[in-house]
Amino acid sequence: MLRSRFRRLAAAAAVAVVGLGALTACGDGGGKDETSSGPVKLRFLSLAWQKESLQANKDLVAKWNAEHPDIQVEYVQGDWNSVHDQLVTSFEGGDVADIVHYEASAIGEFSKQGYLADVSKLLSDDFKGQIDQGVWDTATFDDKVAGVPFLLESQVVIANKKLLDAAGIAVPPADGGWTWDEFQANAQKLTKPGQYGAAWALKSPTNRVLNLALNYDGKFFYSDGGKTEVKVGDAEKEVPKRIHDMIYTSKSASPEALGMSGADTLPGFFGGKYAMLPGSVSLRQQMVEQAPAGFEWVTLPPIKGLSSKQAANPQTLSIAEDSKHKKQAAQFLEWFLNPANMAALAKGDWLVPTGKQANEELVKLTNGKQGWDVAADSAADLTVAPFQKADGYPEWKTKYATPALQQYFANKITLDQLGTQLVDGGKQVLR
Amino acid sequence: MFGKPSHTGRTLQYVALTGYLIFLGFPLVWLLSTAFKPPRELVRLHPSLIPSNPTVQNFVQAFTEQQLGRAALNSLQVSLASAVLTVLVALPASYALARFRTRLGTVALGWVLLSQLFPFVLLIIPIFLILRQVGLANTHAGLVLIYVVWALPFALWMLQGFVRNIPRELEEAASVDGASRLQVLRRVVFPLLAPGIVATALFSFISAWNEFFFALVLVKTPELATLPVALARFVGIEGTARLGPLAAGSLLATLPSLIFFAVMQRRLSSGSLAGAVKG
Repeated sequence: MLRSRFRRLAAAAAVAVVGLGALTACGDGGGKDETSSGPVKLRFLSLAWQKESLQANKDLVAKWNAEHPDIQVEYVQGDWNSVHDQLVTSFEGGDVADIVHYEASAIGEFSKQGYLADVSKLLSDDFKGQIDQGVWDTATFDDKVAGVPFLLESQVVIANKKLLDAAGIAVPPADGGWTWDEFQANAQKLTKPGQYGAAWALKSPTNRVLNLALNYDGKFFYSDGGKTEVKVGDAEKEVPKRIHDMIYTSKSASPEALGMSGADTLPGFFGGKYAMLPGSVSLRQQMVEQAPAGFEWVTLPPIKGLSSKQAANPQTLSIAEDSKHKKQAAQFLEWFLNPANMAALAKGDWLVPTGKQANEELVKLTNGKQGWDVAADSAADLTVAPFQKADGYPEWKTKYATPALQQYFANKITLDQLGTQLVDGGKQVLR
Repeated sequence: MFGKPSHTGRTLQYVALTGYLIFLGFPLVWLLSTAFKPPRELVRLHPSLIPSNPTVQNFVQAFTEQQLGRAALNSLQVSLASAVLTVLVALPASYALARFRTRLGTVALGWVLLSQLFPFVLLIIPIFLILRQVGLANTHAGLVLIYVVWALPFALWMLQGFVRNIPRELEEAASVDGASRLQVLRRVVFPLLAPGIVATALFSFISAWNEFFFALVLVKTPELATLPVALARFVGIEGTARLGPLAAGSLLATLPSLIFFAVMQRRLSSGSLAGAVKG
């Protein structure tokens, strides 16, 4: 018996060694240099993840490959949660994809370290003219354009149409959103036992508060003579104060949504517990896919303060500085992001295309239904915000702003204490 | 020392055990339920355990969109190779550490423990550069090498504990009976170490099967991706997930570990040494 056990063990070991040998032999040497002959090969790291978006990306790449035998693009799937670590190691190790999908607020760091090419020198003027200068600014760092902004995300309000009708609240037109006062008053009307007017999903509150603070010209980050500091005045306090009031004073917003992300509020929304969800324009995708049969929802335009301004943090496509084929990569980008293709990509992700023509085509294509008219209109309110350009923002956000805002929204600290913590945090991380 | 449990005591034991099993099994049952739910059933205010309209659409999506079948096969190859190689390397080393106690051995064990404290991110770039230098970046062989190195410290600790539990007297008795050193190892030590070897292999297999970060960074070619990397693609911006396909894929991901454990668990049963030495 002992002998047979030993034999089995030895056999397993032998199989493993042989297997490993085979793996080594078969393992593709992806790191091998390309041969000088044959088509140019480009790697495209995409973060598309929604079903339709994934399909749109793959279809476009396949179409390009069929039409351009001399420039072949390999579609490589990444994911949003780990892409930063993946890129850091790839850049450091010198083995990054030629074309990289990410977002404007995150590529500045890579651009300043010299890992991303200046796409403004590679793209044609015609192509650049399709996108507003304000949107290009979001991806411009030290006068270098680090990526092509192609998809925008705005904050709108998704509402339960039947509950609005029952409360006698009219749906505003796409270009005529409610003021904050109107939004708060309507949320109050929609509040009754077992039902809240709104659910603010504030699990990650910083980006959202800083985005919406622009409604009252709240900038948070102020630069003077090369030095940046955080200031929290009345303009910065307005939006957090209003949200806090809805939760604790008028009680028209659900306190239980504080720890939720946008999608977590959907069961309550579909169940009639919350009448309105202030959230991303991309939430519409889940409405279409997951709303119960017969559930009527509408997209309300962004809320207005002094303006409807919000921070634009577009998704971007960058070209790696290390790419041996930057010119061909730019050629692919111009084709990949032409108006028709950009509209298809935006439709797949339920986001707003940055290209003016693509935006118009998308509204035509969808007849403005499912909130596409509101989404298209909201693009005009998106602007570059000071926090997007501040070097220490990610650290300030994680270490100071998010905990402070979470404490404030949990009613643990006052508005003034919130302001003090945000300013003090700024002193720690900003130089 | 302990008397026979009373009828009530035994009932309470069973109740506690059943409760514990339900607690442990619930996530798996919920995963199973979610994997078969259509999108509209995933976001109900009062979710049900049994899907009203069960569907296999989540599995179809998971397999067609992210090549999960291929990814699972990749994970299986890498994990099996890692498990067997880890045991092969750890076995002689752990025997030496347990039986020949020297100052060097003590220092080596301390270092092994200390090496566990280095964070992933500190090591990943040097590892990547080294693998690239030797032509093993973007290969399963490179990944297996890293997994073996990564699992070895714990495997060594684990196995040398098992070796120490084997009474030296057994080996001495075999020697007295005329067995050579190799025969002692083959016929006495290794068979008694079987539960330890199985436990170590299981640990190495599961740690390789679940590993995400090295697989993400070291393997670039889509066809070589492992299962955890493929599954991560169902999670989008700010943690929003496509729950249905993710659950279907995750269910698939738990199966090999469960099967491997079910097959091997017999080997894990303790008590093989009971009565080996009368004292």
